[in-house]
Amino acid sequence: MTQAFDAAAQQTLLETRAQMALELARRLGADACEVGASVDQGVGVSVREGEVETVELSRDQGIAVTVYVGKRKGSASSTDAGEASIRAVVEKAVAIARHTGEDPAAGLADAELMASELPDLDVHHPWDLTTEQAIELALACEAAGRRRPGILSSDGASLSSGEGVRVYANSHGFLGGQRGSRHSLSCMLIAEDEHGMQRDYDYTSARHPRDLLAPERVGESAAERTLRRLGAGRPATGRMPVLFDPTLAGGLVGSLMGAIAGGALYRQASFLCDRLGDPLFPEWFSLQERPMEVGAMASSPFDGDGVQTRDNRFIDRGRLASYMLSAYSARRLGMQTTANAGGARNLRLEAPLDTRDALLARMERGVLVTELMGQGVNAVTGDYSRGAAGFWVENGEIRHPVEEFTIAGNLEAMFKGLSGIGSDTDTRGSIHTGSWLIDEMTVAGA
Amino acid sequence: MTASRRSLLDEAASFLLTPGGLTLDDLDLGLGHALGPGVDYADLYFQRSWQEGWVLEDGEVKEASYNIDGGVGVRSLAGEKTGFAYSNQITADALAETGRTASGIVRSGPSLAVAPRVVVKGEARYGGVDPLTGLSAEEKIALLKEADRVARAADPTVSQVSASLSGVHEVVLVRASDGTLAADIRPLVRFNVSVIVVRNGRRERGSAGGGGRYPMARLRDEGVAERYAKEAVRQALVNLEAIDAPAGQLPVVLAPGWPGILLHEAVGHGLEGDFNRKGSSAFAGRMGERVAAKGVTVVDDATLVDRRGSMTIDDEGTPGQRTTLIEDGILTGYMQDKLNARLMGMAPTGNARRESFAHLPMPRMTNTVMLAGQDDPQEILRSVRRGLYAVSFGGGQVDITSGKFVFSASEAYLVEDGRITAPVKGATLIGNGPEAMGRVSMIGHDMELDAGIGVCGKEGQGVPVGVGQPTLKLDELTVGGTQS
Repeated sequence: MTQAFDAAAQQTLLETRAQMALELARRLGADACEVGASVDQGVGVSVREGEVETVELSRDQGIAVTVYVGKRKGSASSTDAGEASIRAVVEKAVAIARHTGEDPAAGLADAELMASELPDLDVHHPWDLTTEQAIELALACEAAGRRRPGILSSDGASLSSGEGVRVYANSHGFLGGQRGSRHSLSCMLIAEDEHGMQRDYDYTSARHPRDLLAPERVGESAAERTLRRLGAGRPATGRMPVLFDPTLAGGLVGSLMGAIAGGALYRQASFLCDRLGDPLFPEWFSLQERPMEVGAMASSPFDGDGVQTRDNRFIDRGRLASYMLSAYSARRLGMQTTANAGGARNLRLEAPLDTRDALLARMERGVLVTELMGQGVNAVTGDYSRGAAGFWVENGEIRHPVEEFTIAGNLEAMFKGLSGIGSDTDTRGSIHTGSWLIDEMTVAGA
Repeated sequence: MTASRRSLLDEAASFLLTPGGLTLDDLDLGLGHALGPGVDYADLYFQRSWQEGWVLEDGEVKEASYNIDGGVGVRSLAGEKTGFAYSNQITADALAETGRTASGIVRSGPSLAVAPRVVVKGEARYGGVDPLTGLSAEEKIALLKEADRVARAADPTVSQVSASLSGVHEVVLVRASDGTLAADIRPLVRFNVSVIVVRNGRRERGSAGGGGRYPMARLRDEGVAERYAKEAVRQALVNLEAIDAPAGQLPVVLAPGWPGILLHEAVGHGLEGDFNRKGSSAFAGRMGERVAAKGVTVVDDATLVDRRGSMTIDDEGTPGQRTTLIEDGILTGYMQDKLNARLMGMAPTGNARRESFAHLPMPRMTNTVMLAGQDDPQEILRSVRRGLYAVSFGGGQVDITSGKFVFSASEAYLVEDGRITAPVKGATLIGNGPEAMGRVSMIGHDMELDAGIGVCGKEGQGVPVGVGQPTLKLDELTVGGTQS
């Protein structure tokens, strides 16, 4: 059931189509144009209770065109990248640009900023995997989890493997292409005691198949995470320290990045408007972006504007050192782009790290949060209130699981109150961080 | 009706099949590829959608976009197994290739024949129209500019206004091996206003919006630009005055309408057929048992006219229905698609939905509504000594296995001695679905449906949904404020 995917040929095809769209836009009267095109292919299998549940073959493509007529802009896109469709998309984009209002900030990034160094960042490692092999791996993963005493049933194990090509081109003559791959394996299990059922999961994800954890380890870890939730009580209501698991700490970095993103700033929809240079974190904390890191999850030599990416330092010794800007948002703010059209790529912390035990000892009494629910983060005010589950910590030791409580505070106070970072770094995503200890938040439970 | 239904099929076929040189008759052959040895059910889902969005910022519509999407999804079922493939191309070759891929889920077993086609008779729940064409580009822009003007005139603290207008024209056609042949044309439009107000260095946001399955022109005729602009400013000004929310367990009164996302999270997801078949829902195996307080009746209703979550037919071609999930507190029904209904020995309820042809269908909610009770809403508030009155919400989420759910208030007030007093900052509310439903102690007679803004996410797939409920009192819920 495998499908052939010739990434090099696909890239050539997308490049040809992108150039066709640029040429068409020019002929239809556009002063400038940019085109993004992509094709992704993958296989996904899921098993449950020892049986195959789904086998899915995916192949997605798309082309998106933005044209500028003077200072007016129009965009159109399609999942059909055939020639007739490209023509329709470009015509539609040009038609829209006749109706939109003038925007002094509209346009491509400056030509001299276009990426010229386009090294291979080693992020394309397709997996020559048959459906049968994929099923075997998912079954092995699930079996390892189900073997653990106390596991009631499985909610399934899934393996997905995919690769793709994306191309960005604009009328400055920039043409950049990148091939990438991603593989992941996950398992979700259910356990039960007299209080009811609990479920949890674990996963592994990597650019290169060899960097995935062994299926058995993922299954065992999912079992571990599920079983430890049984017998959960509710924590007391009050103000106390909160330790965020690495995955959730990454979410706090995400909230910070959302608040220093150009789009939020020029819309005044951020609690960090006009705060450049202010101390936001303790002095021992810095945050940088490494977009050219070889083999990393979000590596790319050019951003969504075609601008050469570069290392950025957003937090420097606790201070807000840079906003995260695209060419457009930079113009809106009267600043320079930071090559972040499309977001941040590979965020890394610079901070002294402590063991998990040292952090628990430092917090003494509070909650370790391992799951967050809901979207209760207000980017405009920084107010933070989310549902949570985790563990009660007393005398610096994990005592018992807790659930059905909320943690609340304000992001600015939480950033200031960052009092330690764990050495338990999670490297699966594009944000690498360990646990975060926040000195005080309000816990609402029993 | 028969004539117009046939023309709906013909119209759908002309959008979906004709461009690739196919006719309705060719689909049996295509379906044959998906119905390989051992496959006991297969279906083809054709879809094409045209979507446009207009965005106003700084008083100017600087951005507009248009998207064309389409293709065919092919599914082969064998017992609990599902094989799935899809293609952007709707051609005989693509049907053969995707059909063979999907049916590869099993290799052996009896070969079934495709049942002769039976046109599904679903009663129309909305007009099968292209909602994008009723207004000219100039009229769409004028509508957005009106929202900007009204919002800025409403209060001097308004510093930013953004407004958006979006619409989708979607055409679908389903052909299944059980004989099903069904088509639908689904309009969906939405208008939104979001404002930022700034006073004495404090910044707050307010937003409002709505829409449904009807032409864009109706948004203009109903005066949504003015209504939502004023509502967004009102909400932002309330938030400028908001004090810290309380933390801990309190009685909570929910306003009618959109706070119905409580039902969606606390009970709705837990009653979807797939979770109950697999036994992973906190409601599994509880059919016929009391799962909510007396007086609580919850329905999932795809038949409401022109609503955001309504469906003439679902994505498997089953007519949209009204399904009673909980009746007077007793669990009476699950929401089903064909796969889960068959495996559980139940009937499909018209709840099979998918984000697009490139996604597998699952049992999903449509419009989930708690029916009106007897209580006077003022009486409900007067019964609270100290509690929270929640009027509007952002998103919610549920863990269907443990039953824990959250939803985040975006406009809420303290209730003290039966009176609404100070507005409080947005806070997350958390509870356990079955427990929370047991704590419903008063149900208002003022059932309202939401304005038409809901998007439900499940396994990464988003679909439009509606909710509704009357004013509701829960004796106790955990409120996630900062004032302990």
